Amino acid sequence: MLKLSPRELLVLISAFTLFPVSNVLPEYGDVVLNRRSEQAGVAPVVFPHWFHRIRFRCKVCHSELGFEMRAGANDVTMNEIVQGKFCGTCHNGEIAWSTENCGLCHSGLPGLKSRIHGGHETLGPGRW
Amino acid sequence: MKFAHDRRRLPMSLRGIAALFIAACVMASAAIAADPNAFNRLMPNQSKRNPPPAEDGIHDPVNDGTLMLQPPKEAFGVLPKSASGNYVDWVKALNSGKIAPRYDRLDPKVEPIVMDLDIVREVKGSMPDVVYPHKQHTEWLDCSNCHPAIFIPQKGANQISMAAILLGEKCGVCHGKVAFPVSQCIRCHSRPKTAPKAAEGGVQPAANAQSKSPKGVNAGK
Ligand code: HEC
Ligand code: HEC
Ligand code: HEC
Ligand code: HEC
Ligand code: HEC
Ligand code: HEC
Repeated sequence: MLKLSPRELLVLISAFTLFPVSNVLPEYGDVVLNRRSEQAGVAPVVFPHWFHRIRFRCKVCHSELGFEMRAGANDVTMNEIVQGKFCGTCHNGEIAWSTENCGLCHSGLPGLKSRIHGGHETLGPGRW
Repeated sequence: MKFAHDRRRLPMSLRGIAALFIAACVMASAAIAADPNAFNRLMPNQSKRNPPPAEDGIHDPVNDGTLMLQPPKEAFGVLPKSASGNYVDWVKALNSGKIAPRYDRLDPKVEPIVMDLDIVREVKGSMPDVVYPHKQHTEWLDCSNCHPAIFIPQKGANQISMAAILLGEKCGVCHGKVAFPVSQCIRCHSRPKTAPKAAEGGVQPAANAQSKSPKGVNAGK
């Protein structure tokens, strides 16, 4: 990657903080899962609803596979996923790429809380 | 590895210029966003919709995996549009065959068990009545996703209010989170009142004729 000197970094940081460019919102329906990840030293997981609903109906995950329809309600370990539970029912090298690709799921910024992004409930009143 | 090594050898001044250039770009775009007399001051800028993962504020842009993820715009380009949420009309996307999400994890041929039953909920006040269509829901969901935890399966047995929906209860369990958001009032409030205000006010008969739509019309059509 591009290595920057402290002075160059300072220029960049001040540019970002003086002029916050922040009315970009995460994609609607993206869920952050971080009950265990950061505590265990890996980045939070970001689950994209839009990507999966193009391929599966809600019923597959929320009825057939029994995923709770509440952000943060599913307590899972990586071991269970590798054993074929939760995300691992599909991310097993047969239906979708396997769990070796850590960075595709553990792709969240540090410090994110478990929650869904994008809707009125997450933005507070007045945004619609 | 070799690539990274080459980069590190770039002369100092070049890197400085690069940093300044990025800073200038950011400042320029921030300056546009900060124009006090911008035409749309509060409405989000169209170009900021469906940002690519590396720029969406929740994915880590320095994680290699992030750059491999599909930008939503690439997938949504071919899908019917809507005014908010993912800016995709998922009902039309499904009905038009633009997407073919599996109903079964393994077998792409399994057909959903669709139930065509509309429940009309009369709304106090001026908003059109709400038509709850089982059809569009059972295309995606199983009965057990709603019954009995969210709704008792009996017409009128559930107290629903807009306040509850905005708090994420009842219809708001999904609408405002994954299904189309609450801002699209008319998709739920889709049936004009049978005794329209216009009748008393003596407005054109055309308005009257239009309002005599049959009970329980399918909101999706
Ligand atoms: C298909 C998506 C996916 C992939 C790929 C994946 N993980 Fe996870 N991982 C998860 C989810 C979901 C959780 C639970 C998140 C939470 O609640 O914090 C998790 C949790 C974890 C945890 C914390 C829980 C525990 O068991 O200690 C660790 C550590 C972890 N993953 C490591 C890895 C490593 C290392 C890899 C690559 C070999 C990897 N993961 C690949 C989805 C994934
Ligand atoms: C590939 C699996 C999958 C599919 C398909 C899927 N979901 Fe989810 N859903 C999840 C996961 C994972 C979570 C997060 C659970 C957690 O945080 O423990 C979730 C969470 C949710 C939540 C909870 C949000 C909150 O704020 O509490 C809702 C509502 C939801 N999904 C609705 C839907 C709807 C509606 C559909 C179909 C259009 C759908 N889901 C399709 C996996 C899926
Ligand atoms: C019902 C099956 C299923 C489940 C359950 C599932 N996935 Fe996936 N997922 C898929 C498929 C299929 C793909 C596409 C794979 C491909 O491109 O080869 C995918 C792709 C992805 C992608 C990459 C999207 C992109 O931009 O290419 C991510 C990230 C992901 N899944 C995360 C998760 C996480 C996290 C979970 C668990 C919370 C999960 N998935 C559960 C089927 C599933
Ligand atoms: C997305 C949520 C949802 C799903 C999925 C769903 N329903 Fe319903 N259902 C409702 C709502 C809302 C009502 C109206 C309740 C009211 O008026 O208080 C209702 C009402 C009913 C009623 C009562 C009708 C009447 O005239 O009294 C029956 C029976 C019923 N549902 C059966 C089913 C069956 C069978 C399925 C699966 C094929 C199903 N529902 C799927 C939300 C759902
Ligand atoms: C369990 C999740 C869930 C619940 C609860 C739910 N919906 Fe939906 N609804 C969906 C999904 C998924 C769709 C498909 C469209 C989308 O995702 O944007 C949908 C579509 C609709 C449509 C079809 C719009 C069209 O263009 O045809 C209407 C109308 C609607 N919902 C009204 C309601 C009402 C009213 C309630 C409460 C009585 C409700 N929904 C509760 C998930 C839900
Ligand atoms: C997901 C579907 C849905 C959407 C979207 C929606 N509503 Fe509602 N609304 C309902 C339902 C269901 C009720 C309750 C009807 C009843 O009394 O049975 C309701 C009731 C109301 C009422 C009556 C007062 C109350 O709280 O019961 C008003 C006013 C109202 N809605 C306004 C709006 C406006 C304005 C919007 C758009 C910003 C909107 N609604 C969007 C489903 C929806």
